[in-house]
Amino acid sequence: MSTLTKARSIPTKVPSPPRAVLEVRGLDVHYGETTAVRDVTLEVPENQVLAIIGPSGCGKSTLLRCFNRMNDFVPGCRVEGEVLLDGVDIHRSSLDAVELRQRVGMVFQRPNPFPKSIRANITWAPRMAGFRGDLHELVERTLREAALWDEVRDKLNESALSLSGGQQQRLCIARSLAMSPEVLLMDEPCSALDPIATGRIEELIRELREHYTVAIVTHNLQQAGRIADRTAFMYQGVLVEVGETADLFTHPREKKTEDYITGRFG
Amino acid sequence: MRRDEYHFEGFASRLVRRRAKDRLFKWAALLATSVGFVALAVLLVGVLRAGLPWLTADFLDNFPSRTPAKAGFKAAFWGSLWVVGLTTLICVPIGVAGAVYLEEYSGKKGFHKLLELLIANLAGVPSILYGMLGLIVFVRMFNIPAEDASFLGVQLPFGRSVLAGACTLSLLVLPVLIMVTREALRAVPESLRLAAFGLGATRWQCVRHHVLPAASPGILTGVVLALSRALGETAPLVVMGALTYVAFTPESVFDPFTAMPIQIFNWASRPQADFQSVAAAGIIVLLAVLLGMNALVILLRNRAEKSRIR
Repeated sequence: MSTLTKARSIPTKVPSPPRAVLEVRGLDVHYGETTAVRDVTLEVPENQVLAIIGPSGCGKSTLLRCFNRMNDFVPGCRVEGEVLLDGVDIHRSSLDAVELRQRVGMVFQRPNPFPKSIRANITWAPRMAGFRGDLHELVERTLREAALWDEVRDKLNESALSLSGGQQQRLCIARSLAMSPEVLLMDEPCSALDPIATGRIEELIRELREHYTVAIVTHNLQQAGRIADRTAFMYQGVLVEVGETADLFTHPREKKTEDYITGRFG
Repeated sequence: MRRDEYHFEGFASRLVRRRAKDRLFKWAALLATSVGFVALAVLLVGVLRAGLPWLTADFLDNFPSRTPAKAGFKAAFWGSLWVVGLTTLICVPIGVAGAVYLEEYSGKKGFHKLLELLIANLAGVPSILYGMLGLIVFVRMFNIPAEDASFLGVQLPFGRSVLAGACTLSLLVLPVLIMVTREALRAVPESLRLAAFGLGATRWQCVRHHVLPAASPGILTGVVLALSRALGETAPLVVMGALTYVAFTPESVFDPFTAMPIQIFNWASRPQADFQSVAAAGIIVLLAVLLGMNALVILLRNRAEKSRIR
């Protein structure tokens, strides 16, 4: 670790690329007979937002769900290859799925708050994990991080289901942040929201980058352009291209990518 | 002229027939509903007319007697409450845990399919067979000889006790309870489970804090069904040897007992006309207990629904 810090502090002309929190190597995912993801190799760098784009059914959500083993719940799903979290293989090491999901949080397509109070939505998971700190402080901090505090500070004991869809989704983000995850996975988090709510979530994602690493699946190209540092394009289960977002959108290396971002298909 | 008028020729005259069919079905459905309702109402009126004059405080406070005027329901009333109470304590935890295993833990292949099939079939087994099972397994315990053998203070075999009756009835109602509970668990949206797992909860934490509370109204419906059945069952208790003439109330789960349906059956089969009316009075008490029990569970269910913040 210390050598790493030292190496970083030496001024070089080329800035060293940020450390990869998640590394995917030769990943295949099968559902029974069909292959949803084929030979994907990808890195998710620390404190960046990685967007995964591609047409419906290209395997982008499946890939994302591998990062915290949510595919375990899909019957007949098999995963081959490696997913490394801080260099540790999440499928074959002694790393427990429960511990993994505390370190890699997830926000789903549709807001799914618990049918409990706003406060209980935040505190439930930390309490289950044996959190010993100040729960009031945790609730306020995570709601502030999710840009929801000012709207709900006076009704923390009211039902989470009384919130609007956009507020519910921000609550779900706050709920994930309460576990202090290293990586936050988002599976089309704005697809059920209106444009105003979407704008607020996007703003939030850009801010989260300071403290967290985010991997987000989206079918909205403009959204990827607005929020992502790096963008990966998938097509028919294969990772076609990954690079800096600006590069990928202005100078795609692959013909397929160019066709997709110029709207020729998808 | 509208473009499609040709294809809709005769629409107006057909509409009259379509409307008539609609009305016809409505009345047919109403008739089907009233068959059950009217039959029950006739039965209820008959029972109330015959039984109400005999339904006195003495009836509830007397033990059975050879003379109709002195015959009371006390032993059967308390016997039923003991047995059904103990049945609840035995079958609800086992039934709910069994359903949770099948729905939340077990894989959905091979062994799971086999269990599913077995439970569905068990629900259809005639209750008298459960009585025989109870007689062999709980009352006699495969004829283990020692009359006063005991294990951890529990007398073995159970003999014709409240405990043996409750164990037998529990086996009888478990399949129904498990199936209804599974339906209730299946109705809980998957997104709720994924939310909990995505936060690093264990399966049990997810079930205990989210799935079971969400399913509890449905589970309580299953409990109503199961307990109603347990309260009304006669055949298995007769076979396993519940007594027909009892002049005491149980004081522990090891005491012999009789139950309301057995006592009613016993009275109804006597030749004296007055005993028919005594039986009717017994039926009224049985129905009152049944309704009271169901009302209690429905009250619990409404509270469970309200306590979930919506």
